[in-house]
Amino acid sequence: MEIIDILLAASFWEAAIRIATPLIFGVLGALVCERAGVLNLGIEGIFTAGAMAGWMAVWLGAGLWGGVLVAALAGAFFGLIHAILTVPLGLSQHVSGIGVTLLATSLSYFTYRTALPDVSSPPRIEPFRPLDIPFLSDLPFIGQALFSQTAMTMLALVLVFVTGWVLYRTPLGLAIRAVGDNPSSVEAQGLSVYGLRIGAVVVGSSLMALGGAFLTMSAFDAFFFGMINGRGWVCIALTVFASWRPGKALIGALLFGAFDAFQVRLQTEVGAFLPSQVFLMMPYILSIIALIVVARKADYPKALLVPWFKGQR
Amino acid sequence: MSSAAQTSQETSQDLLLALAGITKRFGPLIANDAIDLMVHKGEIVALLGENGAGKTTLMNILFGHYVADEGTVTVATRDGNLEQLEPGAPQAALDAGIGMVHQHFTLAENLTGLDNIVLGTEPIFRLRRDRTKARAKLAELMAGSGLNVDLDQPVHKLTVGEKQRVEILKALYRDARLLVLDEPTAVLTPQEADSLFAVLRKLAQNGLAVIIIAHKLAEVLAVSHRIAVLRGGKKVGEMLTSDADHRSIAELMVGREVPVSRRVAREPGKPVITLSDVTIDRGDSRRSLHGVSITAHEGEILGIAGVSGNGQAALAQLIAGLDKPDQGSVEFFGEKVVKFDAHQFAQNGIARIPEDRHHDGMVGSMTVAENIAIEDVRNAGYQKFGFLDFDAIRKRAEHAITDYDVRCPGPDAPARLLSGGNIQKLILARVLEKSPKLILANQPSRGLDVGAQSEVHRRLLEARQNGAAVILISEDLDELLTISDQIAVIHAGHITPAMTTDTIDRSELGLMMAGQKKTHHASTNAHSGETA
Repeated sequence: MEIIDILLAASFWEAAIRIATPLIFGVLGALVCERAGVLNLGIEGIFTAGAMAGWMAVWLGAGLWGGVLVAALAGAFFGLIHAILTVPLGLSQHVSGIGVTLLATSLSYFTYRTALPDVSSPPRIEPFRPLDIPFLSDLPFIGQALFSQTAMTMLALVLVFVTGWVLYRTPLGLAIRAVGDNPSSVEAQGLSVYGLRIGAVVVGSSLMALGGAFLTMSAFDAFFFGMINGRGWVCIALTVFASWRPGKALIGALLFGAFDAFQVRLQTEVGAFLPSQVFLMMPYILSIIALIVVARKADYPKALLVPWFKGQR
Repeated sequence: MSSAAQTSQETSQDLLLALAGITKRFGPLIANDAIDLMVHKGEIVALLGENGAGKTTLMNILFGHYVADEGTVTVATRDGNLEQLEPGAPQAALDAGIGMVHQHFTLAENLTGLDNIVLGTEPIFRLRRDRTKARAKLAELMAGSGLNVDLDQPVHKLTVGEKQRVEILKALYRDARLLVLDEPTAVLTPQEADSLFAVLRKLAQNGLAVIIIAHKLAEVLAVSHRIAVLRGGKKVGEMLTSDADHRSIAELMVGREVPVSRRVAREPGKPVITLSDVTIDRGDSRRSLHGVSITAHEGEILGIAGVSGNGQAALAQLIAGLDKPDQGSVEFFGEKVVKFDAHQFAQNGIARIPEDRHHDGMVGSMTVAENIAIEDVRNAGYQKFGFLDFDAIRKRAEHAITDYDVRCPGPDAPARLLSGGNIQKLILARVLEKSPKLILANQPSRGLDVGAQSEVHRRLLEARQNGAAVILISEDLDELLTISDQIAVIHAGHITPAMTTDTIDRSELGLMMAGQKKTHHASTNAHSGETA
């Protein structure tokens, strides 16, 4: 009965959506890159860079939305590095991605430490506040679960729709889907394979960085080491789970958020019997199981991981 | 030659494309050597040549993928002026109305045909796509050309022939005035090829100029108006199709007389492999067999005719030891096979020439020598104290390269650098050197040029003469009728009883391949085939 009570509480869903928000940004970013045929394992580092850059911009007085912009630019910068290495130069996407993760993470920590050499506790900023939308936020259940989230969560939900629209309803999305399946089809129609792929990786990386920025500017109010804690990797798995579709990406992220929120609540209920680590593992184990069930039928973008060179077919 | 020159003068006002003195060098190799070529409105020109003759290089220059070292490409603009095409700019070629259908289709398989066609034709930063105009224009194009295809299907669901139609529509949708088709029939069934030619004739009548790059002569003779032959990067001949004959063009292409393969009568020996009532059900009709019974004898080539995707893959896998029957049995020299294991099969003398020679026939990143020895590295001759004996491997490769005329930089060159024909020779060298008892040749000459094709046939016939059984899976009726002793037809996983080649009627074979029940006449042949 306790389990039902947990699942029916508005506070549970509020937490689930909050936990899902950075993942929504991350999965959207990863799927934009992968739809164009580039796996971006830089995601974990780009999350860190976004978290650090956004937070620092606000701390230096840029304002919250200024911080969001700076985070997106930081993501675009590391995305551009990954794109140049993997698209025109055609290097291994795995190796380059891991390299970008290491570079972006270390550079973020370095910048943080250089800017704040001797603080013992991380300085705090004034983060995004929960929205108070007249009427909507007062609705029963959904008012608390959905309409009392922060502006960044709303942005994430809007971006799901925008990404879906761009991919499936615009000529640009058509070209991105084509370049991820068969780059020659794009070249034969006079479009630039490199341009599309680099663009997709840069934009996708900006989205990932917003996921990081959410953590320091909305979920928490400070930057500290190790705070990304594998969220980027989870997004890579969720992208497969979502079969590279924005709508399913949202579902996947919410599912993971729900597992995580559930695990926290379950710990307080039955924590006496089992060590807390078991509960911490739960969302990951469940996402692996979900991946096994779904991903076997997954329809990969066919040119994913395959470098393409001009004048070679 | 003189008559061709005359034609171009007569119709000079219709001149659409003129390539003049095109020369392209890749290092020391001259891929194109001062090539001239003119194409007029409504004309179908066949560009013939063996692999490596420079056809593709020439077309890549036309399309701006390469820049020529010398020479010019001139195109008549839509208002009739002759203008030089900007070199190295694919977009300029597209704008000038030059459309290309590559041998390997440039379609995104996850998109619909319609999406593939409009891709890149509309401004890219738009909030919506408008498909009504595109649909109307395509409906008109389809009605005018007979190119019917369901454009709302994702491309991966289309057949090869349908994909090709989408490719042609793609070019027409961009108002192409010159259509270049690279080896358009290589992937088509004879029926599909015929309907393609009907479409091309109709399009030419409407004023479209067409260049067909090809190496299959019969087809080119049927559809083209004029033929240009390339060899070794030079244009070695040009003639009206009406003045051309099969033999002379073949010799022009190859540069020497092409030996005609002939079977020498020979009594077949003992049965080598017998499939009795074999059923393999893998759900998918391409990979299933139903109650198949065939026998291949020593000194006999058994042809398996059929349109690809009718169970040939299942048959090939079974005989290669990569799959085992669900029901029925396989006997090898009268002994029932119990263990289906590819290595064991190879050691027992079953040689395999795989269908996809690039993918299944070799490892591109390994050297020529390693590829030749790859099936035998477990044997004592190639090992020394448990390590590979590279001297022995290289020595064998050197022999193979000379004996089989494999054109490659040397035994240590990576195999992926070889052309299709040379890869096939490499595979022949690997499998035939060991005097196999059974040769499974799956589409052994598909995509090869005349010279390499006749080499493959000669080698298979030689193996037959030496007493090997050959199972030849092919779609090419000419090939089957020339070299096989017996022919069975595969359709939807069923294989007919084998018929003696000399008694087979060509058109009847075509009908059987299309799945029509065999007539009384054919079944009598089948009977005589079995007793032969």
